[in-house]
Amino acid sequence: MSEKHNSAGDVKTTGHVWDDDLEDFTNQPPRWWMLGLTASALWVVVYWTMYPGIPVALAGTHFKGLGLPGLSLHLPGTDPKDDGKWSAIKELAQDQAVLDEVRGPYEAKLKTMTPAAILADAQLSEYVARSGKVLFADNCAACHGQNGVGTRQTGAKFAQREQGLMAPILLDDDWLYGGTIDTIHETISGGRQGMMVAHKDTLSVQQIDDVAKYVKAMSEEGGKEKADADPAVAAGMKVFAESDCTACHGADAKGMAAMGSANLTDKVWRFDGSLEGIKQTITYGVNSGDPSSRVAIMPNFVAAGKLSPVEIKKLAVYVFKFGGGKVDAPAAPAVAEGPAAAPAATN
Amino acid sequence: MREPVQKKNPEVVGVTSIYHEHEEWAVNLGDSTVHAKRMPGRFRTLKYITSSLWLFFFFASYVRWEGKQAILLDVNNRQFHFFELTILPQDIWMVSLLLLIMAMTLFAVTSVASRVFCGYFCFQTVWVDMFTWIEGKIEGNPNQRHKLDAAPWDARKIRIKVMKHVIWLAIAIFTGISFTVWFVDAHQYWHDLLHLNLSLMEWATLIAFTLGTYFLAGFMREQVCMWLCPYARIQAVMADSQTILPTYDVKRGEPRGRLRRGAEADSSNAAQGDCIDCFQCVQVCPTGVDIREGQQLGCITCGLCLDACDSVMDKIGRPRGLIRYASLDEIEGRPVKKLYQHPRTFVYLAILLGALGGVVYGLSHLGALTLRVAPERQPLYVTMSDGSIQNKYTFKVLNKTANDLFVNVTAEQGVKGQIIIGAEQPKLVTHGRSTSFTIFVKAPAENIEKEVNPIEFYVKNAEHPDMVAEYTTMFNGPKR
Repeated sequence: MSEKHNSAGDVKTTGHVWDDDLEDFTNQPPRWWMLGLTASALWVVVYWTMYPGIPVALAGTHFKGLGLPGLSLHLPGTDPKDDGKWSAIKELAQDQAVLDEVRGPYEAKLKTMTPAAILADAQLSEYVARSGKVLFADNCAACHGQNGVGTRQTGAKFAQREQGLMAPILLDDDWLYGGTIDTIHETISGGRQGMMVAHKDTLSVQQIDDVAKYVKAMSEEGGKEKADADPAVAAGMKVFAESDCTACHGADAKGMAAMGSANLTDKVWRFDGSLEGIKQTITYGVNSGDPSSRVAIMPNFVAAGKLSPVEIKKLAVYVFKFGGGKVDAPAAPAVAEGPAAAPAATN
Repeated sequence: MREPVQKKNPEVVGVTSIYHEHEEWAVNLGDSTVHAKRMPGRFRTLKYITSSLWLFFFFASYVRWEGKQAILLDVNNRQFHFFELTILPQDIWMVSLLLLIMAMTLFAVTSVASRVFCGYFCFQTVWVDMFTWIEGKIEGNPNQRHKLDAAPWDARKIRIKVMKHVIWLAIAIFTGISFTVWFVDAHQYWHDLLHLNLSLMEWATLIAFTLGTYFLAGFMREQVCMWLCPYARIQAVMADSQTILPTYDVKRGEPRGRLRRGAEADSSNAAQGDCIDCFQCVQVCPTGVDIREGQQLGCITCGLCLDACDSVMDKIGRPRGLIRYASLDEIEGRPVKKLYQHPRTFVYLAILLGALGGVVYGLSHLGALTLRVAPERQPLYVTMSDGSIQNKYTFKVLNKTANDLFVNVTAEQGVKGQIIIGAEQPKLVTHGRSTSFTIFVKAPAENIEKEVNPIEFYVKNAEHPDMVAEYTTMFNGPKR
């Protein structure tokens, strides 16, 4: 070891002394450090010229850098001379190419397959379920709720309507237009518009009151017996059978998937299921043109240019796998089916 | 070794005079290379033996077991192979216990015998020892080395230095290779290496470890222990007055003085201590400290100064042990406590045993299947059209066997009359990674008595029903 020490006298100082004995050495920084500093300074120049780092715009253009070695990516609509030059959009394109490489084989298969075939393929349907989650959140969740839980109005009034659900819950096994993979696909492809006329002019207030009680009774346990006990329910049953209700909801009130009429006998309500809510629906209808009518419009996402065919297939499988999809059930009870012959339970 | 610098002006008055104490610190700043002398002895031999344990690091990765590498930390495929055993990332919690065991072993040993790890096992110590051994073989003894360092660059010096650095680099490269082959198949790696066909990560690892070894062991040496290593600091604070560590017996040694002719016969010479100030202890020290200054940061407790001092004591006919493994209590004449009177050590040992128990439990309960079930949280349940309540569960089944297999899903507890939907057919579970699938459970609303009902899921191997994994979770119903 050397005999030198920091306070030794043979090191040059700046000549300044503070507090009696604090002195400033004039030691040079280590050579490796100076070399590093110089190299960094040179690198700045290289870096600046390779990348579009110089903020100078001349004649409507800007300095695009000299380009990076090994980079030759042509973006559509750009000058081929710029293929070797870095840009943020190119970096994005490169990253997306990595993603596309993984997704490519799946996406290629999806193009030609039917939704039912995709559903049958365990690996593909797993892939679709994952990418469908994003599509659903972007396009569907606004009305159907995150994960398809439905959105309910939270305040007393929402957009001047008190109708319960904005859009149907997609997790249960009740489907207005049918729950097979193909009908779900059809629904997403073309959109849906519910239709129920307003009955305020065709039915009296009393009649509406009676039929609402009957409709509510049908969805409850022992509802059929109530007709015997409660004269209002019995009157409502009569109104239901004799007015135009059965034309859409069927004689058994189980609805018709072909026209999207609701099954009135189950526990799932499209709109407010309270007696008041039912009366409101009957009085003003659905999409009837009346200012107080229920609103039930699913837009056509294809016509709006929002979804590609593959994306619709993905969403169909995704929605089907929510838990309510029907594997090989008939699309819906047929119109011709007898009132009593239909099975009691829909699932 | 630098001598303590004398105060220039001990008479300075005022507050700033306390800074003059700094000048008494003798610190090895690495401004000149420590060329330590090599002397034979008990601790030198012990150090060779403990160092040779590192041969395990170099060669154990080539052991094959049933056609595969016996010990392979396959990070790329997230599998860790130890002979028969394959550990998947899901069991990685045991690694935290393993780290705890290692830490507690370090602590316990340090509390008893100070920096045993530093002196005998640490890779820095061992590699520096290896590098300086080679240096000694090529450049000669410490005096010759000092001379060579100072000599002008001529053909001889260049030849010697180039030879030394080539050998150092060769060892460094082999160290890099040996490190990497714990994480990739060794045979494949050598094949790829010889074809210069390594992956980017493998090149990076190799280069980083080669350069790291070369610079840390070849150039930084004891400076790593003094300025870089956090363990040096941790261990230093864990030594107490009961800890034994290489200590200079001040009472016996002082006042030190050079040996005078004829003095060796007169061992009762009260005017002079046993230390003959021969500086052998300093010359053999790999970190270049003077142990006679007392316990200090630079001491890695390797015991080489004990060997040096003992050999000198033998020569001058004094008893060995002027520098010896001793506790501060012993040297200062306080009553020496027994090992079992050191409660701190037992706390370390208790934690160590606890962690060891955890690892043993983990290894004996690895199981072939593990099941995790995540109930859907949004929504917690769905009312179906018939009024029944449906819950959705995401199953994650980990198959730790070597083959794909089919499992059946069953449930116990939960709600009366519940139906499992989605597992009508046995489910395929691929091996080596987690397979996930969705299961629905539907139950009649009238049977659901509570908002939250525990439900126990089982997945059973369809062919061997005794291979089973279970998971308890909740079945959610409407508010009651």
